[in-house]
Amino acid sequence: MRTTAKINQRIAVTVMWLLATLTLGALLFIVLFILLRGLPHVTWGFLTDSPRSMGREGGILPIIVGTLWITLLAVMIAGPVGVATAIYLTEYTRESRVTAVIRFGADCLAGIPSIIFGLFGFVFFVVTCGMGFSILAGALTLALMVLPTIIRTSEVAIRAVPRSYREVSYGLGSTRWQMVTQVVLRSALPGIVTGIVLSVGRSISETAAVMLTSGAALNLPRSVNDSSRTLALHFYTLSREGISMTNAYATASTLIIAILVINVSAYWLMRRFVAKVV
Amino acid sequence: MFRDWSGSKAGAINVIGSTSVMPFAEMLAQEFNGRAPAYEAHVQGGGSTVGVQATLDGIADVGMCSRSLKSDEAQTLNPIAIAYDGLAIVVHPTNPVDNLTRTQVRQMFAGEITNWKEVGGPDMPIRLIVREESSGTREAFMTLIMGKSRVSRKAINQDSNGAIKEIVKDDPNAIGFMSLGLVTGELKSLKIDGVVPSHDNVMNKTYPLVRPFLFITKGPPTDHAKPFIEYVLSPHAQEVLEKEGLVRVR
Amino acid sequence: MSVAAQTTASLDGRLAGSDLASRSRFDFERLIGAVLMLLAFSALTGLTVITAFIFKEGLPIIAKIGFGRFIFSSEWYPLEKPPAFGIFPMIVGSLAVTLGAMVIGVVFGLGCAILLTQFCSPRVVSIIKPAIELLAGIPSVVYGFIGVAILVPAIRDHLGGPGLSVLACSIVLGIMCLPTVTSISVDALQSVPRTYAEGSIALGATEWQTTYMVMLRAARPGIVAAVILGMGRAVGETMAVIMVAGNTLDIPRSILDPVRTLTSNIALEMGYAHGDHRKALFATGVVLFVIIMVLNSIALAVSRRRAGRKVLAK
Repeated sequence: MRTTAKINQRIAVTVMWLLATLTLGALLFIVLFILLRGLPHVTWGFLTDSPRSMGREGGILPIIVGTLWITLLAVMIAGPVGVATAIYLTEYTRESRVTAVIRFGADCLAGIPSIIFGLFGFVFFVVTCGMGFSILAGALTLALMVLPTIIRTSEVAIRAVPRSYREVSYGLGSTRWQMVTQVVLRSALPGIVTGIVLSVGRSISETAAVMLTSGAALNLPRSVNDSSRTLALHFYTLSREGISMTNAYATASTLIIAILVINVSAYWLMRRFVAKVV
Repeated sequence: MFRDWSGSKAGAINVIGSTSVMPFAEMLAQEFNGRAPAYEAHVQGGGSTVGVQATLDGIADVGMCSRSLKSDEAQTLNPIAIAYDGLAIVVHPTNPVDNLTRTQVRQMFAGEITNWKEVGGPDMPIRLIVREESSGTREAFMTLIMGKSRVSRKAINQDSNGAIKEIVKDDPNAIGFMSLGLVTGELKSLKIDGVVPSHDNVMNKTYPLVRPFLFITKGPPTDHAKPFIEYVLSPHAQEVLEKEGLVRVR
Repeated sequence: MSVAAQTTASLDGRLAGSDLASRSRFDFERLIGAVLMLLAFSALTGLTVITAFIFKEGLPIIAKIGFGRFIFSSEWYPLEKPPAFGIFPMIVGSLAVTLGAMVIGVVFGLGCAILLTQFCSPRVVSIIKPAIELLAGIPSVVYGFIGVAILVPAIRDHLGGPGLSVLACSIVLGIMCLPTVTSISVDALQSVPRTYAEGSIALGATEWQTTYMVMLRAARPGIVAAVILGMGRAVGETMAVIMVAGNTLDIPRSILDPVRTLTSNIALEMGYAHGDHRKALFATGVVLFVIIMVLNSIALAVSRRRAGRKVLAK
């Protein structure tokens, strides 16, 4: 018997499926729009050639190199420091007002617009510290930007490890550090890795904060003091100025593929780890 | 502090500033880098005032500017003219309006004239596209056209010549201004007071909207920056600029 | 500390004294503890420095201009003499696009979340959820570009106005915050005890009735937190907004009007601002900081109110 309730349900579910389809449709559209126009041009030549005429011709090798340097450096700084901070806050200190304030502060900083980090990085690293537009300034700025996220996600992951694990470990005679590395980190690793992967994704897509810290030079960077452009910024410049739409799409495709690869491999890595623990 | 660390910094010349000068500087930098392998010119945009500020802050070895220096800037900075460029008032190719007086342009951008029919066009609202405040192109526009009038608050701000071009070429009701040397066939440049915006008219000064392209340095050019500046002022480079639509200075 | 841990800790001390190998292990432990503390303090110092710097640069200029004039004046003419620094149009702009973004983000995001948790088989969930998370990974400049290439001309040709508008920003930002709203709402809905749903069904309600009468109400704090965090993301977005907003100085009067937000104001001007102008940009940063702090406090307060344990643990 068709009651109003059942009809309402039908309508509601249909509407929600519609919303979901539109959402996924938008995603598919965006990804395909870029990839269909860009992938055909992402040739080995494109990836290894240098840009000419402001990017109208040539490839994106210096930009790939620059992006890699900035992102890797940022994560190499923020990763260990962030995880260490999370470990210290959860395992080596007692829960108190101070830690609650720190947690709130980290949450806020994780939500601060990236442009503010860019502004700080520009005034502090680029000008005051005299680094000029450089990979170093960009990496430091990005590191500060993702640090709160890494601290928070690591902390959440560590806290999720059941207390009993720790107690068993102590019961077996382990020291605190042994307990942390052998027990807590092992279980919390998926969560920690998620946080770091998220940060890598955020860094590699970042434009506002790198625009005025690592600059926009197209030359192959030879040291961390050189200015360099990132893929996202290059795409922004090429498409905005109409310099070369083909190269713009190709750059964006490279970026999207890179992000896909990072996310998928992180997901796959995590599944392997999760299978090991438990 | 960090500048002396690596060898690469020794040869790197940071050229930062005007997005109008940038494509030309980039072109010349490419040639220069090929000819003088010991040096490497890195060219970036941001706007004329960004160039001024970066030079003052010591981030740039050479700043690029598409307007004359202001009095307070001229006190510490040294301007070197490398070319002259016209300022084009551009509209969509299908716009029937061909010619405007300087007064009309000013009134339109001040928001006093708001409909195309008031200047001989269709009955459509005028869409103003301007550059951001740091732009030398905008500053030149303010000096040459606006004078004491303020730009209408409704004007849409974009951050580069290219962005203005992209918008105006798609919007039949838009009007903007940009570097004459960068105008392509997708746009129509208006005659101002009856004068066609052409290279010759810029050279013989009949076209009223002309501004200098400057390389600026903090004090006299460093040994660092000199090779590139000298190259840009060389006859060969000046010819390249001339060919690309600018007016040579040497 | 639990009894087991206390015992072990004291055991540790005793063992350390009794055996040479254990003593070096004990020293190692202290070294590690010190290293961790050092790293933690550097991290926290770094983050505090940023906060302090922004406030140190921004607050004095707000005092100098006058709080009322800074927040409520519509005159932003930083390069005139004397300069005017009023950010009201930008505040309205940020609020307008954020609200618009949340309408889209909540409708679509919550809809997807409800669908995923209440009406989908695990297989379907395992396809849709990663897909939505992928949306979160797409760079903002790509969103902005699609906005300029497709959305802006469409709005201009079919709805009027320049196309660069509050509407364009809202749609682009809405799609960008969608994944945040969805994933946190999914978490919130999944932490509602199953007994709630089972009890409702047992009383004869349909799944949909269960959803809106029981599940949504129970998960409300988590969902509100999701919306608030999504808002935070929308408020903070810069590049996509610069591309589709139009960046005018006027207060938008309809969703088809162009707009400037607080973040794009900073991005457009920070390269060349110096002196008071630069400080005014930091002051804008202070305003953004405060907005985020307020949003986060609300999210925190709301998620605390919930009786369930799982959300508290987060």
